[in-house]
Amino acid sequence: MTLWMIGNMAAHSVPSTLKRLLFAVKYSPLQSRCCAVQREAQYSTISIPSEKTFDKILIANRGEIACRVIKTCKKMGIQTVAVHSDVDSSAVHVKMADEAVCVGSAPTSKSYLNMDAIMDAIRVTGAQAVHPGYGFLSENKEFAKRLAAEGVAFIGPDTHAIQAMGDKIESKLIAKAAKVNTIPGFDGVVKTAEEAVKIAQEIGYPVMIKASAGGGGKGMRIAWNDEETREGFRFSSQEAASSFGDDRLLIEKYIDNPRHIEIQVLADKHGNALWLNERECSIQRRNQKVVEEAPSTFLDPVTRRAMGEQAVQLAKAVQYSSAGTVEFLVDSKKNFYFLEMNTRLQVEHPITECITGLDLVEQMIRVAKGYQLQHTQDDIPINGWAIECRVYAEDPYKSFGLPSIGRLSQYQEPLDLDKVRVDSGIQEGSDISIYYDPMISKLITYGATRAEALGRMEDALDNYVIRGVTHNIPLLREIITHPRFVSGHISTNFLPEVYPDGFKGHQLEADAKRELLASAAVLYITAELRSAKVLGTQRVASTPVECSHWELCVELGEERQDVEISKSGTVYTVEMDGAKVEVWGALNLASPLLPLTINGTQRMLQCLSRDAAGVIVLQYLGTLFKVRVLSKLAAELNSYMPEKVSEDTSSILRSPMPGTVVAVSVKPGDTVAEGQEICVIEAMKMQNSLTAVKQAKVKSVHCKPGETVGEGDLLVELE
Amino acid sequence: MMAAISVARSSCGLINGLKVSLRSVTRVKYGAVSATVPQTSLHRSCRWYSVSHLSVKERIDQKRQAALQGGGQQRIEAQHKRGKLTARERVQLLLDPESFVETDMFVEHRCADFGMEQDRNKFPGDSVVTGRGRINGRLVYVFSQDFTVFGGSLSGAHAQKICKIMDQAMTVGAPVIGLNDSGGARIQEGVESLAGYADIFLRNVMASGVIPQISLIMGPCAGGAVYSPALTDFTFMVKDTSYLFITGPDVVKSVTNEDVTQEELGGAKTHTTVSGVAHRAFENDIEALLNLREFFNFLPLSNQDPAPIRESHDSSDRLVPSLDSIVPLESTKAYDMLDIIHAIVDERDFFEIMPNYAKNIVVGFARMNGRTVGIVGNQPKVASGCLDINSSVKGARFVRFCDAFNIPIITFVDVPGFLPGTAQEYGGIIRHGAKLLFAFAEATVPKITIITRKAYGGAYDVMSSKHLRGDVNYAWPTAEVAVMGAKGAVQIIFRGKENQAEAEAEYVEKFANPFPAAVRGFVDDIIEPATTRKKICQDLEMLASKKQVNPWKKHANIPL
Repeated sequence: MTLWMIGNMAAHSVPSTLKRLLFAVKYSPLQSRCCAVQREAQYSTISIPSEKTFDKILIANRGEIACRVIKTCKKMGIQTVAVHSDVDSSAVHVKMADEAVCVGSAPTSKSYLNMDAIMDAIRVTGAQAVHPGYGFLSENKEFAKRLAAEGVAFIGPDTHAIQAMGDKIESKLIAKAAKVNTIPGFDGVVKTAEEAVKIAQEIGYPVMIKASAGGGGKGMRIAWNDEETREGFRFSSQEAASSFGDDRLLIEKYIDNPRHIEIQVLADKHGNALWLNERECSIQRRNQKVVEEAPSTFLDPVTRRAMGEQAVQLAKAVQYSSAGTVEFLVDSKKNFYFLEMNTRLQVEHPITECITGLDLVEQMIRVAKGYQLQHTQDDIPINGWAIECRVYAEDPYKSFGLPSIGRLSQYQEPLDLDKVRVDSGIQEGSDISIYYDPMISKLITYGATRAEALGRMEDALDNYVIRGVTHNIPLLREIITHPRFVSGHISTNFLPEVYPDGFKGHQLEADAKRELLASAAVLYITAELRSAKVLGTQRVASTPVECSHWELCVELGEERQDVEISKSGTVYTVEMDGAKVEVWGALNLASPLLPLTINGTQRMLQCLSRDAAGVIVLQYLGTLFKVRVLSKLAAELNSYMPEKVSEDTSSILRSPMPGTVVAVSVKPGDTVAEGQEICVIEAMKMQNSLTAVKQAKVKSVHCKPGETVGEGDLLVELE
Repeated sequence: MMAAISVARSSCGLINGLKVSLRSVTRVKYGAVSATVPQTSLHRSCRWYSVSHLSVKERIDQKRQAALQGGGQQRIEAQHKRGKLTARERVQLLLDPESFVETDMFVEHRCADFGMEQDRNKFPGDSVVTGRGRINGRLVYVFSQDFTVFGGSLSGAHAQKICKIMDQAMTVGAPVIGLNDSGGARIQEGVESLAGYADIFLRNVMASGVIPQISLIMGPCAGGAVYSPALTDFTFMVKDTSYLFITGPDVVKSVTNEDVTQEELGGAKTHTTVSGVAHRAFENDIEALLNLREFFNFLPLSNQDPAPIRESHDSSDRLVPSLDSIVPLESTKAYDMLDIIHAIVDERDFFEIMPNYAKNIVVGFARMNGRTVGIVGNQPKVASGCLDINSSVKGARFVRFCDAFNIPIITFVDVPGFLPGTAQEYGGIIRHGAKLLFAFAEATVPKITIITRKAYGGAYDVMSSKHLRGDVNYAWPTAEVAVMGAKGAVQIIFRGKENQAEAEAEYVEKFANPFPAAVRGFVDDIIEPATTRKKICQDLEMLASKKQVNPWKKHANIPL
């Protein structure tokens, strides 16, 4: 209960203690309801109050994971210290922690990776232990060593385990020795492109090339032939050198259509180790996970046990302690191959917590203090099913997600729903900046069955209000409702296979389209009726609008639809195409959420904007649709309005015509004023000077004098 | 029209004047000439009626039909081809369905020269549609110039029709909306037309501050005609199809040898970003008219009415936690004042006035708990939110409108001062800055001020301070009320002394916070930003009965 109250309060960001109290009182009925459920389903760990761990822990991280760790610390009665960069000074994790120390400026290398400053913070605050979260310093053996030297506990595995598992080549050798299945064709350091080709040919195509030091999908290339191998070698080695300062590469057999399934392990310092079942993480884009679930639909108990036992063998082989994850690739015949071991808490750990009832952070803290595990392998259940969606501030329409930044002008987590957990480190008003990971939150739902958890996820996504940044909820909702996903027939190639031409948003069926148009029309009428309601006594009486029947025209994209609406009581009947749609519900024009009952089915729509010209942007089935509602008259007259090319060319200068670049007057970093010449294009014997439409800094120049450019080619980008 | 004005002014203007008149003639000729071209069957029959023995009733019907046709089908099509709606279509769209009550449908021009007396050159209703109607049930008077009749040119009759509805609007106390689309004066009528303009100007001036007057420029509006919109409270434009200028590009070329297009000289972009003549521009006729309906909802019908209150779905005690972290810790870092405004007002609904002009100040209408309020805010994102000539004038005019029409003013202050420099001093920042000061000081409507961050120097006084009769003045914890920024102050106080950094720190400690103002009662309270909306709503409730009267005067002498 306490835990969740804190969580909720963080979401509301009330700084003063008094306010907290007020909030807690105000929202407690709601919270106690969800807390009861959550506590039961999530952290049913047998807490031993007398078991003393640490007095004060420093969390060397930011965002949701810092908040997540702080929550458990509070539950365990441990004081917390947050570290933060200057731009994060009012971040949620800073407000949640008992103490906070600024460790540098915004770039991660100056703050969250700044070991000196963090060591200072530890000394100043007297923290006895450090939880590194994931990313940043979590798998940095240097950091672990420095902590050890100062006698501060590192809440994670010992240095040698980090080191052994941190190197992809070494970890495979250890895994092989520990009788863990490894990927065939595994090989060592690669020096030249030709050597890479030779190795690739020996293994047999396809092969995967990646940086030894890189985690996740960084620096990873897949080659299907010699030429691609050379290219992949070049690219990966460059990236490896620039990102990790270590240009070693490895080449291995690429498993086509694999699943990515990982085993959570938990070990103590006394040689005990457990496997906490698997997580299915196959839904990825650009080798980064998007949707995860536990358990996997694919594993049978035998395979699960085999994988779990191998994972534990590996953990024992490196004398692993704390929580860790052994990643496997699983092929269609349920052969599984060791991929790598992550020696930290994983992003997707909550789904394991949901199905096992363990609080992994608590266990990590206990283990770090030197306690033995509380459980035996037989104690580890699979209770129901949990799904996690990673909600990112990114545009899913661009290669399944390109980061977007901005300020969360409105933000509401679907916490009033049952069996929904949201791990986030932001709140309304937070900035999603260029400096850090664009993850907004992890949305986790669970239930007795997979279908139940999925159904809940649909509701949770529909109820999740995020404004101010572009987010990937449209994609998430499409994934979790896609028949292939629902049937469990997935692989790491799911996204490119299902959306070969890129993600295009929800494709509306005729019925759904009618529902959408009807909802927009009803919203329009609601606003119109409200406009006519002037309160108070008036010197000049208003003519009451006593209308209960309207004829409108609703536009969606190129399509136009005449609709007739009649209102009786609170029910609107919308007729179009000879079909009737009945709509009613709480039509609150101030609320971003629009809970409507459409033809007897409950739907949660969201209204993003509504303007005077009839444009209504609705989120329906996860996707945003821009609908325009006009009176019949306005729609008729609208046909006389000239088409105007909507252009947002303010920050991108494209060549308006094919021609030759005669001169480029700017270089990256220059500041140009509105109207200043940027470059000159000669076409049809005319020199056309292209000018800046706004004052801005030049981001990049993509053309040089003498070059031939085509129409629409990108010439210069402004910031 | 320009012709006449120039002539009246000086003989040197005569040449230009003549040139314009030539141009105007050609333009109007276009109207007149094409009217003579193949006579439509309607016109032929019109003439026939006059000699026939049709009953009066039939003649009434025929006239009405003719009036509805304006300049005829061909002209209507030409209007549509330009992407413009006809005068009647515009009125229909602007007003509630079936609410339009037309006046003077039978008025015809009285010109007898240049063949204008012929039947084919007479159009029932002449070149303007006038009357009254309702917008969301509320009364409004409207005139809509008809470009299909003699290019919408202004005849004596045309002016008389407009004056008639303006007079009635004044007696009833209801706003006037003008939809301008006119080639200019009716050259054939000469001085009659000029008199007509002046009659309208006079009424614009008399109505100013009594009833809201709104102009929507939906086509050309040139020469003397521009002064009617300029006298009204708000001027909106339609992008690409509307122009406002004293003299057109041809005259400009001949007088100053400048090459300029109509669009550059007086298009919507020019007037909404450079000149500040127009308050907003819209994509096309439809969007403009629909937005005008929305805008109208904010306004009271006259100065005798309180600010309208609409049913609100947004609870008045809603807390806005996101405001607690909106002001950056570094006082040099910018943020967007619009974020604060959107978060505080009802339903994030803010109708910004002049959004692209003098962006260092934000003004516009919104609602608090359903009641219309005027919002003024410094915009730290642009030029640090300083006050300069343009922003002072922009703010002053807006404040005066709100005061004239009983609309409470909410001011968000984050101002580092007035912009220094020769450009500003030579431009008369003293005189123009005084306008904003004057406007805030004389305003007697409820005034609520929130200092979000900086309130430095004279600009602090100007921005609806307690000293200018602010009713409720709040400071956020991030507020810094001081004579100037710490650096500048320290350089003066400790001139030549060492340890400037230490002195600066001391100054910051002492003055860069809300206390100096709060201990003196210059702010009423220091409030949690999250509670701002709730507080404002409560205060407005209390201030609804505010009564404050300035000393009797013929009128004040604002430094124009």
